[in-house]
Amino acid sequence: MPHVVFIQPTGESQTVDVASGTSLMTAAVKHGVEGIIGECGGVCMCATCHIYVREDFLDKLPPIMDTEEAVLDVTNAERLPNSRLSCQIKMTEALDGLTVTIPSSQR
Amino acid sequence: MADGCVIVGAGQAGFETAAALRAEGYQESIALIGDEPHLPYQRPPLSKGFILDKQGMDEIELRPSQFFSDHRIDVLTGDRVTAIDRARKRVSLASGASRSYDALVLACGARNRQLPVPGADLDGVLYLRTLDESRTVKERLHDANDIVVVGGGFIGLEIAASARSLGKSVTVLEAQPRLMPRVVAPLVSAFYDALHSGRGVTVVCNASVCEIAGDIAHSRHARSVRLDNGQSYPADLVVVGIGVVPNAELARDAGLDTGNGIVVDEFLQTSDPAIYAIGDCAEHPNPYAGCRVRLESVQNAADQARAVAAAIVGRRVPYAAVPWFWTDQFDIRLQMAGLSHGYDEAVTRGNPDAQKFSVYYFKQSRLIAVDSINRPGDHIVARRLLASHAPVTPEQAADEKVNLKDLRI
Repeated sequence: MPHVVFIQPTGESQTVDVASGTSLMTAAVKHGVEGIIGECGGVCMCATCHIYVREDFLDKLPPIMDTEEAVLDVTNAERLPNSRLSCQIKMTEALDGLTVTIPSSQR
Repeated sequence: MADGCVIVGAGQAGFETAAALRAEGYQESIALIGDEPHLPYQRPPLSKGFILDKQGMDEIELRPSQFFSDHRIDVLTGDRVTAIDRARKRVSLASGASRSYDALVLACGARNRQLPVPGADLDGVLYLRTLDESRTVKERLHDANDIVVVGGGFIGLEIAASARSLGKSVTVLEAQPRLMPRVVAPLVSAFYDALHSGRGVTVVCNASVCEIAGDIAHSRHARSVRLDNGQSYPADLVVVGIGVVPNAELARDAGLDTGNGIVVDEFLQTSDPAIYAIGDCAEHPNPYAGCRVRLESVQNAADQARAVAAAIVGRRVPYAAVPWFWTDQFDIRLQMAGLSHGYDEAVTRGNPDAQKFSVYYFKQSRLIAVDSINRPGDHIVARRLLASHAPVTPEQAADEKVNLKDLRI
């Protein structure tokens, strides 16, 4: 199963196996990754699953659609060029080893 | 402060309260008591992704069981608080147990309003609020062909869209002259009428249901839904979504003030300072309504939960979050910010024919709400405009050349 590395703002990291087709947000919540909230359940309404994606994975991700673009504008922590919403990224084999950092605040 | 916090109701509001208390560093015990047999789960998917099998149980659970043990949250499922002894600060449970509290949070939610007509108790007449009810609807949809949905509000229309997506013959019966009449402008109602009709749903407004007819003698199964004008619609499954009744009896019986729900002040405190009420059951003063209201939404549940958790740890702040809601029907998303009730002017931005537009609602020239259809950017900007009380004019709102984002203070 492909895995994802979640890095906390403190630098602490956690590796989670994520089945293909499962969103990063769902996987993070299920595995108790601190700092990923997903209040709206993954429908791009709440901006509480913001992550920073390690640059070398950016071009492997699905493009940012209108809904995600809008919500990324209101993240609590600063939006950076590598900002994404983890609910909008579904795991694939090609994303094995995906490394993301969690911002210091979500709301 | 040894008895901790008892939370009555393990829905979104109850769960968020427990989680927010721990996030606030609350050290005392927390009991989260819910009458359903499940760990806290999300309700929005129950009428959409869950009945369409796009989301499974593990995706709708708010947190796995490990979360609750890790955070020392006692989740008591399948049990119900039956009485509050305010003098002793103690609640009694249906199981016979009891529990003391320093702070009590009533997140009791609401229950489905029952259809008050003959035949409403027939087999095949269903409601949808809980996970178990959603599972039943999902199972029964499988073998049903003619689905009649009573109620053209969010839940009814979401169920209609889901059932139609499964290829079923679907009729929506709405008592009012238009769909979602309490919450959106006529233009938005008309858009949704056309959307559903265009996808093959029969939409009937001004439909006053007077009876559900069925095979009374044998199977006791519903066969058709009759209106008072004599019209009859065949049904092998009837799903009723005609609103809810707040669960305020526990509070009322304990002598707390109740009205259209459990009455709380701007700190979400009931008439007993040790007891709070939040979420669907709480009639609270809302600055965006200008009066006391009860709101049924994820946003309201979660934001009030955080406000209550902060109050319990000693950071009292008046509740003043911008209300927002959403509904997904077919591939169309409606997002609402603010409360449009009582508006005196509405203007449109964008193009309804292209299925991308927003309606801006004004009251005495002040922006009070925005409904966005497939315009997520408008919705997000609207939340900010409302929160900052930015002076937007109807002319600016209707003019796509004006970037509303620039207007926020």
